[in-house]
Amino acid sequence: MLPRPTSHSKALGPGVAGPELAVATSAVQAGPPKASAQQPLSGADSFMVDPHCIADPARQHTQYPYVTGTSVLGIKYKDGVLVACDTLGAYGSTKRYKSVERIKKVNDHVIIAASGELSDFQHIIKLLDELTTDDFRADDGISLGPQEVYAYLCRVMYNRRNKMDPLWNSLIVAGIEPPHAGASAEDVSTSDVTFLGMVGMIGTHYSDSHVTTGFASHLARPLFREAQADDMSEEAAVALMHEALRVCYYRDKQSMNKFQLAKVTKEGVSISEPYALDVQWDFKMFSQPTKWAVGAW
Amino acid sequence: MSGIGTGYDLSVTTYSPDGKVFQTDYAQKAVDNSSTAMGIKCKDGVVLAVEKLVLSKLLVEGSNRRIFNIDHHAGMAVAGLQPDGRQIVNRAQDEATQYKSFYGESIPGSVLCERVASYKHAFNLYWSMRPYGVSSLLAVHDKAAGPQLYLVEPSGIAHRYYGTAVGKGRQSVKTEIERLKFDQISCRQAVVECAKTLYKVHEESGKPFELEMSWICEESGWKHARVPAELVAEAEQQAKAAAEESDMED
Repeated sequence: MLPRPTSHSKALGPGVAGPELAVATSAVQAGPPKASAQQPLSGADSFMVDPHCIADPARQHTQYPYVTGTSVLGIKYKDGVLVACDTLGAYGSTKRYKSVERIKKVNDHVIIAASGELSDFQHIIKLLDELTTDDFRADDGISLGPQEVYAYLCRVMYNRRNKMDPLWNSLIVAGIEPPHAGASAEDVSTSDVTFLGMVGMIGTHYSDSHVTTGFASHLARPLFREAQADDMSEEAAVALMHEALRVCYYRDKQSMNKFQLAKVTKEGVSISEPYALDVQWDFKMFSQPTKWAVGAW
Repeated sequence: MSGIGTGYDLSVTTYSPDGKVFQTDYAQKAVDNSSTAMGIKCKDGVVLAVEKLVLSKLLVEGSNRRIFNIDHHAGMAVAGLQPDGRQIVNRAQDEATQYKSFYGESIPGSVLCERVASYKHAFNLYWSMRPYGVSSLLAVHDKAAGPQLYLVEPSGIAHRYYGTAVGKGRQSVKTEIERLKFDQISCRQAVVECAKTLYKVHEESGKPFELEMSWICEESGWKHARVPAELVAEAEQQAKAAAEESDMED
């Protein structure tokens, strides 16, 4: 009979073979630990950073944006949500594509809009399209609400960040929660069901009465903080939005004067045709920005 | 070793001496015994209709659906074993998803039909498999071929039709719709024709049934959709009136 290792545990007392030592504990393993030792019991692939992302210099194209859209703006108002952005797809500083729709309808009560890499946005649309099609197939009258789309996108963005291969977008999700089965749309007040949220490139997210992405977070959001109210009329909301778009357009090099305005109300989704805003460039401070400034000439 | 199959009907891997695969035939029989399903391809779309027997008065109205959405542009009506049918529907939906994600556009009718047919056919090849006891009517619209109607049978046979029917009343339905001019009637007319035909075919059994109808046409935005309830009700009324009228004549 082989001698069994003895326990040095005080609880068990000396010389007793404890249960934890019932298996021979050889200090020398036959080989290095198998890869399977680190893998989850479920059989799923263990998490790892895609080695190509780091090692293969040829794959770095997914890690920088190429064709990008600039800021997106969204505000709540009395009847629902407004979202607006321009239609430019910029290739670096080149105004390369001038009619890109950056606001997309997900279903009858949700829209999303994106700034950042436009090909990544197309991929996101594809993902959402599959979800919408699944809803259509189930044919049970239930479809995704804005909160669900928002939560889903948060997970997608964060997951891709973890793979060191992020989707290069900031997204705005806007919509109205669809009425529950059996409840009519009139039962709840609009402000209770309106949703507006932002999902960032690495999964950061927040929802608020007014949200913005990109440059507009600095340029437009202060205006919204001053003037936006959840119970403002549509005219006032559109006017505020136009003012904010104008402010952004004047100062953002990668924007253009061709905007789309989308709104979601209880009646559904409508995305406007592109249109231009009246702009004025002959402000004194525009023509002579440094006049009277200290150190200027 | 007695009975009709006499030893050759236990698996699909054995032909009978006169060249039959009995298991496949039996699967077809399961379809022939089910309640009727029919489809019509007319000048401006496709209409699917099924006669759904109400198994119990306690069932919620509209349960045990027999017409399903496959994709926005495709729908399927099934006749035969209902659980098998749902499996086929799932498969068709997966095929549609796969095609869309690979090619970036919706699956064409001919491809969908072929893929469903291949899938069913695979179950006629191995002794360990039971062929699906389901015939599926596929209504599809695509840009290249317009509205189309296909029938895929348990053996994996698939054909494109102007109008066809499966299930108990298939013979009478076929004779009934053979007189229709498919290139002249509209979807709205076809809905009424389907209701009339199914009511007529059903007449003898006297059991309660629900009429389930879907279509793909301009009115539905070229999407597969259930025919609006008021249109179905109207068609049913006309069908009942027609049935009564023919009773008077008798």
